[in-house]
Amino acid sequence: MPWDLVLNVAIAGILTGLVYGLMALGLSVIFGVVRVVNFAHGEMMTIAMYAAVVLFAAFRLDPFLAVLPVAVAFFAFGYLLQAGLINPFITRPEHSQFMLLVAVAIVLVNGLLLAFGPDARNVLVDYQLESYAVGRILFDKARVFAAAMAVATSAALFAFFRFTRTGKAIRACADNYLGAKVVGLNVKRYYALTFGLGSACVAVAGCMMILLVDVTPSLGPAYTLLAFVIVIVGGLGSMGGALLGGVLIGLSEALAGVFIEPSAKSMFSFALLILVLLFRPQGLLGRKVS
Amino acid sequence: MNLRIAGLLALLAAALVALPLVASPYVLSVATLILYFAYAGQAWNVMMGFAGQLSLGHSLYVGLAGYASAGLFFHYGIGPWAGLWLAIALCTAAGAAIGFLAFRFGISGVYFALLTIAFAEFTRIGFDHIKWLGGPGGLFIKVSQRETWDLANLRGTPEMFYYVMLALAAGAFVLCWLLLRSRAGYYWQAIRENEEAAQALGINTFRWKMLAVVVSAAMTSLAGVFFAFYYNNLFPEQVFHISRSIEIILGPIIGGIGTLFGPILGAAVLTVLADGITELLAALGLEIPGVKQVFYGLVLLVVVMFLPNGIWPTLARRLGLSK
Amino acid sequence: MTQRINRRQFNQAAAGLAAAAAFAPFGIVRAQAAKLKVGVLLPRSGVQGFIGQSCQKGADLAPGVIKEMLGVDIELMNADTESNVDTARTRAERLIQEGAHVLVGPFDSGAAVAIAQVAEQRGVPFVINIAAAPPITKQGYKFVFRNFQTAIDIVRNGLDLIGDLFRASNVAPRTAVFMHVNDTFGQAMAKGIGAILPGRTQLPFKLVDTISYDPAAKDLTVEISKARASNPDFLLLVCRLNDAILLRREMVKQRWNPMGIISPGSPGMYEEQYFKTLGKLSEYSISNVPWYNPKAELTAVVEKAFLKQNPKDKLVFHALNVGFTFEAILIAADAFKRARSTEPKTLAEAIRQTNIAKKMMLGAPIKFSAEGQVEGIGSACVQNLGGIPTVVLPQGAATAKPVFPAPYYKKA
Repeated sequence: MPWDLVLNVAIAGILTGLVYGLMALGLSVIFGVVRVVNFAHGEMMTIAMYAAVVLFAAFRLDPFLAVLPVAVAFFAFGYLLQAGLINPFITRPEHSQFMLLVAVAIVLVNGLLLAFGPDARNVLVDYQLESYAVGRILFDKARVFAAAMAVATSAALFAFFRFTRTGKAIRACADNYLGAKVVGLNVKRYYALTFGLGSACVAVAGCMMILLVDVTPSLGPAYTLLAFVIVIVGGLGSMGGALLGGVLIGLSEALAGVFIEPSAKSMFSFALLILVLLFRPQGLLGRKVS
Repeated sequence: MNLRIAGLLALLAAALVALPLVASPYVLSVATLILYFAYAGQAWNVMMGFAGQLSLGHSLYVGLAGYASAGLFFHYGIGPWAGLWLAIALCTAAGAAIGFLAFRFGISGVYFALLTIAFAEFTRIGFDHIKWLGGPGGLFIKVSQRETWDLANLRGTPEMFYYVMLALAAGAFVLCWLLLRSRAGYYWQAIRENEEAAQALGINTFRWKMLAVVVSAAMTSLAGVFFAFYYNNLFPEQVFHISRSIEIILGPIIGGIGTLFGPILGAAVLTVLADGITELLAALGLEIPGVKQVFYGLVLLVVVMFLPNGIWPTLARRLGLSK
Repeated sequence: MTQRINRRQFNQAAAGLAAAAAFAPFGIVRAQAAKLKVGVLLPRSGVQGFIGQSCQKGADLAPGVIKEMLGVDIELMNADTESNVDTARTRAERLIQEGAHVLVGPFDSGAAVAIAQVAEQRGVPFVINIAAAPPITKQGYKFVFRNFQTAIDIVRNGLDLIGDLFRASNVAPRTAVFMHVNDTFGQAMAKGIGAILPGRTQLPFKLVDTISYDPAAKDLTVEISKARASNPDFLLLVCRLNDAILLRREMVKQRWNPMGIISPGSPGMYEEQYFKTLGKLSEYSISNVPWYNPKAELTAVVEKAFLKQNPKDKLVFHALNVGFTFEAILIAADAFKRARSTEPKTLAEAIRQTNIAKKMMLGAPIKFSAEGQVEGIGSACVQNLGGIPTVVLPQGAATAKPVFPAPYYKKA
């Protein structure tokens, strides 16, 4: 096994993993705070990718620039979704939440299928096919940029939760629902805000992902699963965990592909999920569930 | 059980038995499909509705059972009535393994659901690589004849398959009814409502949860065997797919979790709905492909939002049937 | 009120008399329908939606063309299988109940098996347009017919054409890496290659590696890295559209420029989306697939009808889908003409006696074996030249010369 093959693959895996991490971050934030199982998460990611495609097709807008309008739109969408549809479901049993979001997912996926058809769509920017060469190691340009954006966005989100008042308030709601209400925080509004933020995260991740991967309507469910695997492996409620989980999954899938059969590399992620669920259910960086 | 319900049940049973005599083959095929989902939904309901464990990977059991019985038939000519036992054994073992791993380590709720998905997906990709069972190319069982009823090998007319499925669905109904009234049923309901309280009362929740999982898995395995011999071909991508798991659970959730009639009602409503939407769209001249699925999703959304306990409880109250 | 009804009744009676008069001179007063009702089952929605819609174009133009060719009236009954096997089965039942005399479709092997069972059970002939799984015609069915190559035939023809390509270009690559999508189709093809390639000693190349990949994979970096690492002369690829696009781009990103990308018989690289998405990068990819004969008379007729119904489209991007769907209906119509009856058993027998030499797809005349399979369907070497899939081999049907190795080839 030539070392440059392994190294190339590993680096690509890590970079892609960072973008996965950003997607999972959105989910971690939502689930960690609102405690709703967002089974339409992958579909939201897919819609973000399509949004980037449409903006590129119509205005030749580079996905990096498309990030702003798409993130804003998704923030609004997430806010409304939570406030309007999901709020009454917070107190309902899990299977009800799940069914609601599955129904939403079905409508979204088929709506996309209707609108865009099943064939893959993508954007074609110049730097997508270029790579930086360091000796025998190739760094895919688009991947590097996307990973950088992912890290930057995560850092911004982290700073928000750490240093701003709203961020701290949201964390309070997550940590102690009753206590937050007692102190007078408008929990419902913060939930909606959180869902909006999580959605905006997904929007950025989507715009980045379209540089690496083509989008089809059926990507939704696959990404939902992936997001959950990453969040659980990395640890619920831990932002660093989401990124770490993403990198781990990206890396392990890449290496599994090299050393074992490539078509079986997804098996590896599921095996990892099962192991984590059994032996460290709070995830690598998560806090123990009370 | 009050007299009204018994009477209605008898009527329903008579209608179902007489159906093949009056229905067109098309209606019969739809009816067989409804019964299949009613049965599978009933089996899933044991785990979810009775013991409160959300399984999103039930296609695992359908697939394992289907492949086990089909594999034996294809490679060794062993008929389904014998292969059935291997199927049940495999599914029971799988269910027990999942249950044990989950409950032993205290996994519940969303995490449990994800665990079941992970197992199903893992198996799906795994079976794609098992060449002995056809791999992704699929396992095809030879269809020898369709004129006479060969119950031993489950080869025969569509009417035969209808009656087999009817028998299975009826059997599941009776079994669930008995279970609900038994000690297991009461313990399950206690666990579902409040596991900690149940534990405090001295119920060995681990044991009873395991029982629910195992019974559910074993029941689902029969659906898998039927599936293999009715469709005569199995592809890992289709059989183990998460969309199949979701198909199975749609019926009970729409119909009413934890109730006896819920899965049956749900399966009937959904299948008729799916077909109905297609007809409606055709009648309205809206021949746009893909619209039907969006409609379907919207209807689901509406039902979930406004009838959170499913259709049956509301319907039963209206008809004055509930206890 | 009474007046209007009377007038309407009068008109209806007049129409009826006119119709009777039209048939009377021929002395043929048939109790049975004079039209053949063809049930068309295709995946017009769901994941296979685009392909199904593409096939539907072939069905839509059929009645007109066949009326001119054979003087036979066809009524199409279209049904959507929704890319779902359960739906395929119930739709087939439904069509038969509504009076379809023959079924045509369904593009997908899984759906084909389900519909075949229904057709066999109800004794209604079923002509398969596209489905490659070999077992379908090995079940001993009497009512199921397939006018498409099985995976084994596709591989055999594909490999033979590769040999022809090398001879025509005077190149003899030594090594190839075989990549294939890990689904029903890909696996059947891989099995075929594993069985046939070793016996083809006149082919100069050896497979240095075989890499299978998940059809739903979002990222094929690893696979291409592995393929490139073994430094093969060319890439032998069994793919579908989306992954073909992914692979091609990944190859550019990883700076891998082999002699060419050759498919021994899979979809993807000749489809419109491949050209649209990849632009110049789509050039020179080669697919050895069943195709229409660009020089056949019937092809020109079908192309004209296609352009009339789809003025903004090109037949060449729907070659297989339209071609085989049209031919399936042609087979049904031809049998109807000979049998002069819509009775299913008679129709099935007539179909079994089919011998159509005037066809549009490449290969021998359409004749069914005892198992209901057409043998001798040919493949063409189709290369992407100038943004259009172009037939470069066999020479008799070629409209251009093959370009191999590709101009981007860089010896590593």
